[in-house]
Amino acid sequence: MPFSINETMGQYSELFMLLAAGTYTVAFIAFAWDLAKSSKTLRAVDLKAAELSGAAAEANAARVPVGVGAGAAGADVARSDADVSGPAGRAERPTSATSRPGTAAGAGQTADGSMRYAGERRAPARVAVALTVLGAAIHAAGVITRALGAGRVPWGNMYEFLTTGAFVAVAVFLLVLIRRDLRFLGTFVIGLAIIMLVAASIAFWTPVGHLVPALQSYWLIIHVSIAVMSSALFTLTFAMSALQLVQSHRQKTIAAGGADKLGFMRLVPNALSLENLSYRINAIAFVGWTFTLMFGAIWAEKAWGRFWGWDTKEVWTFVIWVVYAGYLHARATRGWTGTRAAWLSIVGYLCVVFNFTIVNQFFNGLHSYSGL
Amino acid sequence: MSERVNEKKKSPKPEAVLPTLGPLGMLRWAWTQLTSMRTALFLLLLLAVAAVPGSLFPQRPANPAIVTQYIKDHPDYGSILDSVQLYDVYSSAWFSAIYILLFVSLIGCVIPRAIAHYKAMRSQPPRTPARLSRLPEYGTLVIPADAGIPASAAITDAAELLKKRGYRVDVRDRDGARPSLGAERGFLREVGNLVFHTALIGVLVSVAAGGLFGYSGQRILVEGDTFVNTLVGYDQFTPGTNFQSSQLQPYSVQLDKFDITFDRESKGKFGQPIDFTAAVTTKENPDAPAKKEVLKVNDPLSLGGTSVYLTGNGYAPVVTIRDGAGNVAMQGPVVAKLQGENYYSSVVIKVPDAKPEQLAFAGFFLPTAFVTDKGVSFSGDPELINPQLTLNSYFGDLGLDAGSPQNVFELDVKKLTPLNARNLDTKGIVLAPGSSYTLPNGKGSISFDGVKRYIGVDIHHNPGQLYALIFALLAVAGLVTSLYVNRRRVWVRTGTHEDGRTMVEYGLLARGEDHRLAGEAAAIRKLLSDDWLLGDEAATGSQPAPSATADNDRADKASTATGSTGAGGTHAAPEQPAEDFIQSTAGSSESKKDQ
Repeated sequence: MPFSINETMGQYSELFMLLAAGTYTVAFIAFAWDLAKSSKTLRAVDLKAAELSGAAAEANAARVPVGVGAGAAGADVARSDADVSGPAGRAERPTSATSRPGTAAGAGQTADGSMRYAGERRAPARVAVALTVLGAAIHAAGVITRALGAGRVPWGNMYEFLTTGAFVAVAVFLLVLIRRDLRFLGTFVIGLAIIMLVAASIAFWTPVGHLVPALQSYWLIIHVSIAVMSSALFTLTFAMSALQLVQSHRQKTIAAGGADKLGFMRLVPNALSLENLSYRINAIAFVGWTFTLMFGAIWAEKAWGRFWGWDTKEVWTFVIWVVYAGYLHARATRGWTGTRAAWLSIVGYLCVVFNFTIVNQFFNGLHSYSGL
Repeated sequence: MSERVNEKKKSPKPEAVLPTLGPLGMLRWAWTQLTSMRTALFLLLLLAVAAVPGSLFPQRPANPAIVTQYIKDHPDYGSILDSVQLYDVYSSAWFSAIYILLFVSLIGCVIPRAIAHYKAMRSQPPRTPARLSRLPEYGTLVIPADAGIPASAAITDAAELLKKRGYRVDVRDRDGARPSLGAERGFLREVGNLVFHTALIGVLVSVAAGGLFGYSGQRILVEGDTFVNTLVGYDQFTPGTNFQSSQLQPYSVQLDKFDITFDRESKGKFGQPIDFTAAVTTKENPDAPAKKEVLKVNDPLSLGGTSVYLTGNGYAPVVTIRDGAGNVAMQGPVVAKLQGENYYSSVVIKVPDAKPEQLAFAGFFLPTAFVTDKGVSFSGDPELINPQLTLNSYFGDLGLDAGSPQNVFELDVKKLTPLNARNLDTKGIVLAPGSSYTLPNGKGSISFDGVKRYIGVDIHHNPGQLYALIFALLAVAGLVTSLYVNRRRVWVRTGTHEDGRTMVEYGLLARGEDHRLAGEAAAIRKLLSDDWLLGDEAATGSQPAPSATADNDRADKASTATGSTGAGGTHAAPEQPAEDFIQSTAGSSESKKDQ
């Protein structure tokens, strides 16, 4: 018990959390505005493109590849583009020889398969990202003051898991944004962060306090931080897999000559690119989850005398691990790529959420330390 | 069988008769099915589903008493669940069947793959494909004629560079018209994959070994007590299947003092314990020197191949009980079992040595006693601010002389006669430390001398856990290797243009997922153009292909069989993708499909 708790810091922390939630709410609105506005603009661009004749459309498509209405010529351009940018841009599942560059990718797509930043400016999206950065900074202050107030790592109960977890999710999202244009995930990630902060403040509010002896171990720092980071990555891939299902349905509809009812999905890359990127993120998160499981077992051995005892939390951590292992295998199994793999990724994330919420609260087990 | 015959009768056209498999063939078929990826995936997902009920229903290994209670509470379906082993999910027949099948499938997958990979590691990189331009990554370089680098020198340079980059390189037809090289790297990917899966088998075996040769037990130690690691030293003992009592090393642990720190700072958690510290004296064996140690939660003792864990604690009021004859029938601490908040604990005292009648007491111990207006007593604080012992007393035959074991924390009062109770005229006994009470009818007396603390310790010996850890670490190493090492093949072919320029083309192919192949292609391109001092203009865009000379020489004479696992079939080329940079008419191109 090296530190004593500091209630004032705790109160500052709660204030920061509220401010962060407020900032995120504005950012959320900006992200939503971006989707709506872009969708409108793009529709207008589409209509204009459709009016133009073949040659003009082709020239247009070379700059901003608009698949719909551009026909064969447009698809050809998209293909040659993709060839230059390599396999990522080609939207080809690396294990699959059957998929052809550009064939499925072209229809109804604005977003680049490689998810790199394109030239055009999206003012609302920029505002949204700026607000997210501001919100994350305030949120970080909240997490740090909470840690200072309690004199330990800020993840010792449900309130702290939620507030810190939301921060990590947003931070991971911002980090990925540096390299990839995933702003289309903004509404989802920020929306989730808001829900987590609100839930923490209303349902799980806990004043700063000491840890019970079972949690006083350096393994708390290692085990839980890796679990939270992996969960944040799983959050991203969940969103991407869900969008992948919608996008793949939409692409099929468009390919079959149906009407495009989900205009905002133009901002979302094609299904195959989503699948490839979510696979890469899931692979990292799976390694993280393996460490979570292992370090958890090592800690369990130290704290409870056995490294594995099928405690409810252990069961669900194992289930999650197996589901994502299944996901990784599915990507290498014929007939299981694409939609089925996406479903596995979604089921895996639902298990993560279940493990975090229902298991913590309603199941009796050794992990019932949530501070409720 | 008969169904097929019937079908055959119905169908007018003669049907091809399936060859009979025979018992061996059936086995082979079953094995192929079991070891297929699809089955493995199915079993894996089934394992996840099968693990879930273990978190929904109480499990016997964790707490058998709760299971018994659960069956009692749910008379309608409680016993049905029991009959399908839902209270022993992780040792149930169906759960075992799934994971054993999964591991058999895994072994059946790992062994052939290991053999195939061993062969692949010893064979040369696959022959150079006829049309490199069909590969996922393809590029060309042109060395000016005045650079003085002929086709053969260019291929040697490329081989050197690729070797430095960690590729295994095989140069073909070095002095021919179309020298080429095949290079491959990243064999560690499959090695990592195999290590990962093999290590999982190792983890399973380690866990099984721990169950066979390990043991565990519990013991309660009041301050001053000593535990000696022998079978009689345990309050409860669970041996592994192959346990022998000779395994127990007779070390000893004496509890000198036990301290608890309670939270006095935060409002929400006021009175919550935040530190447990047990000062103990240990001896590795009866003759060894005594050693002072500290036992804490998260900080077990290691003694004689076992680990000793601090798992519980409570108060033990010290009492002296005299019987009707005035002799001391019992003296010492009585372990009080935790029942509620703030160490509200139950106390049961059995005095079989009391004469002429055996005595028994049952009641509660409260470290800080409070009584509400309605007469309900509770403990207001976990520390000894106002300790109180409230007891009922009984006399009669305790039934201990028959030799049948009894729970020390429970008293069966059916055959006993009450002496003191709240509803009797004698009322209950209420004692503060230092006070004593004389039982009615000259049955004896009880005095409350003081309070000690006790701890509950778990003692575990699991010889498998170190190996489980080693295998788990190996598994992680294998996993990371298999996910982040990329297996790539590179082919380079050179030729001389009519005007004297040296033409170079290269192609890359990945086996398995590899999103960095384009980056690797760019890196190799840069290495080559730097080595040949080519300017940027050579490094951008492809040069026009040299005039197609009717060169029917196979570019690749040292053709070896393609990858052991890959499909060897020629794949039909429906269209000419691009004009080949260096025309070659070699037969089949490398199949891109990697299974």
